[in-house]
Amino acid sequence: MWYFVSPQIVFGENSLSYLDEIPISRALLVTDHNLVELGLVESISGQLANSGAEILIYDEVEPDPTLEAVEKGKRVALDFQPDWIIGLGGGSSLDAAKAIWVLYERPDLIPAGINPFIKLGLRKKSRLITIPTTSGTGAEATWAIVLTDPESKRKMGLGNRENAADLAIVDPALPAGMPPRLTADTGLDALTHAVEGYIGTWHTDLTDGLCLGAAQQVLRFLPEAYEASRADDPQQEKYLLAREKMHNAATCAGLGFGNSMASLAHAMGHVLGSVFHIPHGRAVGLCLPYTIEFAGLGEDSSRIASLTELLGVTGESSIPGENLAGALRNLAREIENPLSLSELGLDEVSFQEQLEKLVDDTFNDTQIITSPRAPSYQELERLFRCVYNGEQVDF
Amino acid sequence: MAAKFPSDEWIKTLRDRLNASESYQRSAKDWEGDFVFVIEPDDAYPDRSYLLLELYHGSSPGASLLDPDNLPETEFTLKAPFSTWRKVIEGKLDPIQGMMTGQLKLKGNLMKIMRYPKAAQEIVSCCAEVPTDW
Repeated sequence: MWYFVSPQIVFGENSLSYLDEIPISRALLVTDHNLVELGLVESISGQLANSGAEILIYDEVEPDPTLEAVEKGKRVALDFQPDWIIGLGGGSSLDAAKAIWVLYERPDLIPAGINPFIKLGLRKKSRLITIPTTSGTGAEATWAIVLTDPESKRKMGLGNRENAADLAIVDPALPAGMPPRLTADTGLDALTHAVEGYIGTWHTDLTDGLCLGAAQQVLRFLPEAYEASRADDPQQEKYLLAREKMHNAATCAGLGFGNSMASLAHAMGHVLGSVFHIPHGRAVGLCLPYTIEFAGLGEDSSRIASLTELLGVTGESSIPGENLAGALRNLAREIENPLSLSELGLDEVSFQEQLEKLVDDTFNDTQIITSPRAPSYQELERLFRCVYNGEQVDF
Repeated sequence: MAAKFPSDEWIKTLRDRLNASESYQRSAKDWEGDFVFVIEPDDAYPDRSYLLLELYHGSSPGASLLDPDNLPETEFTLKAPFSTWRKVIEGKLDPIQGMMTGQLKLKGNLMKIMRYPKAAQEIVSCCAEVPTDW
């Protein structure tokens, strides 16, 4: 017995116009300062206002939103009493919107209390729309909420099936202006979701196809989307197609891993992000080839082997995982992402000082439970050293 | 020699495995909170049994089959039919998925357990290592 949860999804060119068809009286728009400065928030709030809705903008979401930020958002929502909450932005804004929505509906809860084991009883006061402006997190389609506890420097995996959005609007115009690094990092995030959703122990028949399709799309279109982000003429048809394919792939990967789970690369990446403030997609994408190699050397590497085959990845190695890891590293090179923490510029002293915390916190990240090969403490420490030094995993 | 599940011998063997596990000691070094496992009757098992597993700072100070008329107050109670326990112990049902789908019913602070996924995994691994007579 298991579940498959999905919002209604409106996608493709001009899908943002679907907002006009929703009867909204009061909307709380949860977003970040950057999108306000880019004029995107004004454009959407203007569209909503033209339909007669009263809009309040909460734009205090920072990258890696904290427990305090969503508590503040909750107070804003309780004062404003919206009938819709709209998350607009990258994963941080969408996760913050989900948490604010839950806390607005259930002010008796604390953010850390949003877990999959309780009945929330949402949708008494309002509903949720998610609108991604990046192509990576898949947060528009998942019920997961990642918040950061600044005191313990830990990311907390929260969420409940009920807090999946009612509607996700996946319009490819929104991420079309993403700069190169954001395009690369978020693209690798989507790829990591797709791969881990496929190889993780909680994968299902309903998620396999979504994860596989998303991985294929990212491998094919991320280099071109990255090229688009650096092009003088990003409106060329091939670039617009690549952007659209990446946007859809991110949502498919979100549906896939959101209904199975991410895995070891995410557990390690969450900790690297919390401790060293490495952007999420870069951190998980950096770890992925190493965790693939590690899983490929486990007792049961059949999922790695089947994914490699279905993706059409070939190579000289007969060890499961090596060829796939090689393809992932080639992609990272193509989009000019680092292949190791040292290449990223992290100094060795800081890394060594934090190594024990990295290992301990990774073991306490919920994503680790679906790892196709469970590492021991010693193995995880060696794995982190490989990620730091850029050494192939051979144990 | 295999121990009958559920029995005093079985839960004490689990306790010994946990106390021998370095991974459990490290992953649960801050953990405080005892469990009572309730094995409910189903087609494969006619009785209701209660197993106590004491857990404190990375070790298990005690474990026993309980007298149903004299149950202690514990921080956590995990309840499921016999056949569901068998699936968990044999590694066919992930206990967290089991709790999420209501196949295993937990009384206690779930958020606390979710902060120790490795420790939970180690307990299940140790369960699987106990030679069990079903």
